[in-house]
Amino acid sequence: MKVSFDDLHKAFESRVRLGIMSALAVNDSLDFTSLKEFLDVTDGNLATHIRKLEKEGFIGVKKSFIDNKPNTKYHMTPGGKKAFEEHLKVLEEIIKSQK
Amino acid sequence: MKKEQDYIQDIAEIRSMMERSSKFLSLSGWAGIMAGIYALAGAWIAWSVLGFHPDEIFYSPPDLPQIILLALGVLTLALVTVIYFSWRKSDKRGEKAWNATSKRLLASMSVPLLAGGILLVILTAKGLIGLTAPFMLLFYGLALYNAGNYTISEVKLMGAVQIGLGLMNSWFVEYGLLFWAIGFGAVHIVYGIYMHFRYER
Repeated sequence: MKVSFDDLHKAFESRVRLGIMSALAVNDSLDFTSLKEFLDVTDGNLATHIRKLEKEGFIGVKKSFIDNKPNTKYHMTPGGKKAFEEHLKVLEEIIKSQK
Repeated sequence: MKKEQDYIQDIAEIRSMMERSSKFLSLSGWAGIMAGIYALAGAWIAWSVLGFHPDEIFYSPPDLPQIILLALGVLTLALVTVIYFSWRKSDKRGEKAWNATSKRLLASMSVPLLAGGILLVILTAKGLIGLTAPFMLLFYGLALYNAGNYTISEVKLMGAVQIGLGLMNSWFVEYGLLFWAIGFGAVHIVYGIYMHFRYER
């Protein structure tokens, strides 16, 4: 397979977005606080990146209330899973082809 | 434009994030060693100071309340130590000890531990003291075996060893305290030393 850097999805250029996708790939769902702790970023920063991934349709949101406090949980959509796996494949190919 | 090095770094970060967000990695080897020492000390006190020699299934110890108090004391001390060392280790790694992974780890242990705990109360109430040591080992082993999915995989192996000891102990009930000291004492210490040299140096 011939791959080029253009095959890499723009959404995954940022390390934070890549981190969000990695964490959601191995967890059914995670809330905002857990994601923030894993990634070690600020609320605003995380929210921006989440919004971008949401707009791409890569992650989904479920809002609920726990003890009357709002709780937002994020999960990976099937489309997001597919895009993330493609991205990994391209990364792998790039590294292989340059060895 | 990113360079090749950046992509290798990307992959490293993806791997690290997948592991960090799915497994609790802040268990300390020192906690295992200390817990093992408490268990050995507890077993020694029970045997030589309190004259606790459970050699058959129906066994009435000279002083049951003291034995229960001693067991609860050892358990509390071990829990406090494990929590303290885990908290310290995750603090050093710049993470929170109480996070999604530690919650899942505890949840995975809670069902076998709760069922085992209730069973211990029932056995004690019915005077089946000789079965308490093997069942403690067995249910603790089941909890660890489960927990191994959510932390370093060596915990799973330790669980299997405890299950094996518990089963053997149910056959050889007369060596209850010895099996208990091996499982909760020696195995914890060996595991702790291994963990310390493998992950903490």
